[in-house]
Amino acid sequence: MSALLRHARYVLSGNPVTALAFGLFGLLLFAAIFGSAIAPYDPLATEAARALKPPSAAHWFGTDQLGRDIFSRVLVATRLDLTIAFASVILAFLLGALSGVAAGYFGGWTERIVGRIADTIMAFPLFVLAMGIVAALGNNVTNIVIATAIINYPLYVRVARAEANIRRDAGFVEAARLSGNGEARVLLGHILPNIMPIMMVQMSLTMGYAILNAAGLSFIGLGVKPPHPEWGIMVAEGANFIQSGEWWIALFPGATLMLAVFCFNLLGDGLRDIVDPRQRT
Amino acid sequence: MLNLLLSRLATAIPSVLGVIVVTFLLTRLLPGDPAAYFAGLAATPQAVAEIRAKLGLDKSLPEQFLVYVQDLLSGNLGTSLTTGQPVTADILTRLPASAELTLLALFLAAAIAIPLGVLAAVKQGSWIDHLCRIVTTAGVSLPVFFTGLLFAYVFYYLLQIAPAPTGRLDAFLTPPPHRTGFYLIDSLLVRNTEAFWGALAQLALPAASMAIFSLAPLARMTRGSMLSVLGGDFIRTARASGLAPRTVIFTYAFRNAVLPVITVLGMVFSFLLGANVLVETVFAWPGIGLYAVNALLTSDYAPVQGFVLTMAVLYITLNLAIDLLYGLVDPRVRLDA
Repeated sequence: MSALLRHARYVLSGNPVTALAFGLFGLLLFAAIFGSAIAPYDPLATEAARALKPPSAAHWFGTDQLGRDIFSRVLVATRLDLTIAFASVILAFLLGALSGVAAGYFGGWTERIVGRIADTIMAFPLFVLAMGIVAALGNNVTNIVIATAIINYPLYVRVARAEANIRRDAGFVEAARLSGNGEARVLLGHILPNIMPIMMVQMSLTMGYAILNAAGLSFIGLGVKPPHPEWGIMVAEGANFIQSGEWWIALFPGATLMLAVFCFNLLGDGLRDIVDPRQRT
Repeated sequence: MLNLLLSRLATAIPSVLGVIVVTFLLTRLLPGDPAAYFAGLAATPQAVAEIRAKLGLDKSLPEQFLVYVQDLLSGNLGTSLTTGQPVTADILTRLPASAELTLLALFLAAAIAIPLGVLAAVKQGSWIDHLCRIVTTAGVSLPVFFTGLLFAYVFYYLLQIAPAPTGRLDAFLTPPPHRTGFYLIDSLLVRNTEAFWGALAQLALPAASMAIFSLAPLARMTRGSMLSVLGGDFIRTARASGLAPRTVIFTYAFRNAVLPVITVLGMVFSFLLGANVLVETVFAWPGIGLYAVNALLTSDYAPVQGFVLTMAVLYITLNLAIDLLYGLVDPRVRLDA
């Protein structure tokens, strides 16, 4: 473990961008946990007297058409946006890694069925499929999570299947089998832990995409309902004021969203460097 | 060549079947009873049953599926509650607007990303290489609806060089007579330069925001594949034989490097077709994305289903075209088939 840590420190020292991404990640986590506690205003409190005010010392990010403090709303929204993304990534990981590992390990019909499901999902433009799923299952946050998980599923299956396939006949797997472990135990206790580092990279890379996807869905009016603060909705609300020049309503939530996605993309690249040095670019 | 065509077509069939089954299942997952929904709140149980029979919802699932497939084969996607028109007609009239926007965005993205990737690979480690890395990482992180809004603010509100971000053509201009449905082509066909520039001005911002979003995979792949090709022995031989650098890079390296770039086009299209929905919403673009979003918000399900199906079929067709293009560019694929 200390070797891995030392290796991580070595990679980070050579790659300040990844270190920056880790810093940003910490900041996002902090905002997600303590956001509602440290927000200077109530994110839902409206006040007509201070509507549509540009950024000032009292309101760092300005106020929206109902006089709500945008800084507080952006801060409080962090938790919801990250929760949606985390939940969908974990769901996609559970479904994708388990079925992908089984497909790669057993081959045959398991592989054919899992592969067909993944291929069918990939036959759709992914965001469009997510729209269809949310429309069919019902317009709420849980279904945004499910839809985002489904469109990420093939990515996990693909990686898990390939990695399990390589390890199927590896020495340690044969040894585990010879010592009398059942197939399920070999799969879950030996192969799955072995491919976890690669799956972690995949999770970090898909996090950014999951945030974008969820925000995109709520931008077109699916999922989170106003007045609840969420980055995608806030940009959508700000969109109505862009043509009259009130830029701050859309800019700050949009920029935060961008920063979050940027952070997870960099983090994924950095984690990949730590886990798999061959792919370093 | 015919064999190749047939074998590629055969690989698309399971995808099309899968797409049809999924879109069918999606309608059956609808919360609540569609018959009760269509009948309205004050309907008697008898009226609901009648509507259920009319919609075919009283039949078993396999039977309903057969009816669905028959409808699809005859081009019937149901009727939109909001527009009162058949969904097929609605989609067909709006498709050219979306297609023009998406294709222009793809053209823009390729025109920027491929030279950028080639330059980044040829001058590895230089400022252009760093620029390429920054552009690709930033490009995928930019939510496309946010870029669109930013562009609208800067170019319409601040600089006032772009037209109002609403629709395909300024209200004072008359759209060119319908030939292809692409305003750029139609206006040129009748030599209406005013409409051409007007349409191009409206297209510029939405197309640019979509292009930025899809730059990254193209540029990254071009750079990576150029780098690996440039490291090959045949490039060293070509250089050693005294060929001009230009010939080595374009005739020898680029031709080989372009293959993986073509495969990545499939992913780019998946990005673009999704981004299309968001960009159309931002720029009030009268395409099928905006049509679907409006239908979604009014719980008008037939257009959404038709939209998902149309997009999926378009995407499969595009992937098929990419596969065939790959065969044209790379003779080795043709031999394998």
